[in-house]
Amino acid sequence: MGAAVQAERSSTLEVRTSEDVVRVRQEVRNRTAAVGFSLVDQTKFVTAASEIARNTIDHGEGGTVRIEVVAAPGKKGVRLVFEDQGPGIADIKLAMQDGYTTGGGLGMGMPGSKRLSNEFYVESAPGKGTKVTLVRWKST
Amino acid sequence: MEQIPILKVGRCLLVSIQIDMHDKLAMALQDDLTQKLVDTRARGVLIDISALDLVDSFIGRMLSNIAAMARVLDAQTVVVGMRPQVAITLVELGLTLTGIHTALDVDKGLALINRLIDDPDGGSGAGGAQ
Repeated sequence: MGAAVQAERSSTLEVRTSEDVVRVRQEVRNRTAAVGFSLVDQTKFVTAASEIARNTIDHGEGGTVRIEVVAAPGKKGVRLVFEDQGPGIADIKLAMQDGYTTGGGLGMGMPGSKRLSNEFYVESAPGKGTKVTLVRWKST
Repeated sequence: MEQIPILKVGRCLLVSIQIDMHDKLAMALQDDLTQKLVDTRARGVLIDISALDLVDSFIGRMLSNIAAMARVLDAQTVVVGMRPQVAITLVELGLTLTGIHTALDVDKGLALINRLIDDPDGGSGAGGAQ
């Protein structure tokens, strides 16, 4: 996510209810389709978005997602920035491990979403909320 | 309130998920199916997901839970119609859908369910772990 990456179109959605998760999925589907992602790549990124949106609600007490089309020299993609003001993640390394969960889920959300993205960043500290950024580039 | 219809066909309950389910609706389906299994004494559950363009960890867990509850209630579960892009994504996400039998379409799913009902241990080779 260097300085060469330009955000072109951006929209922000609330992520507070399970209906919001469905809306996030639809918006990410529309954006990835508009950029020209293959059906497989669309599905991968929509699934990653669904996992992180649910985390924002279940662990972050709700928040927002900024969805933007991004361009860098020779490539185009979609970037998602999920932000919440929840309790934060004490141990990000642990949260990124397959099967680790504090919420009674399967513990696949964070590591699975990372696998489904090309770039994946987590910024968080206890009491400071959590910011998760996902980028997927259109395959050429 | 939104609801996903559950049809009884022979010894089997048939569910076709046609909409992008939010989590509460998925939980309601799980509860409805379990209740209907008890009420109808059905021996099989066939879940058609051919209209679903995504199976994330929550929906995956719901499918595994339905299969586990059905087994406790002496019924077999078969999931049919998964789209190829959904299957690719599920594997990369890391979900294995433990305990779920799968078939390519409704016809093959019904045939598998009937085989499983008649011979619960003989259904291996058709996909899904025990």
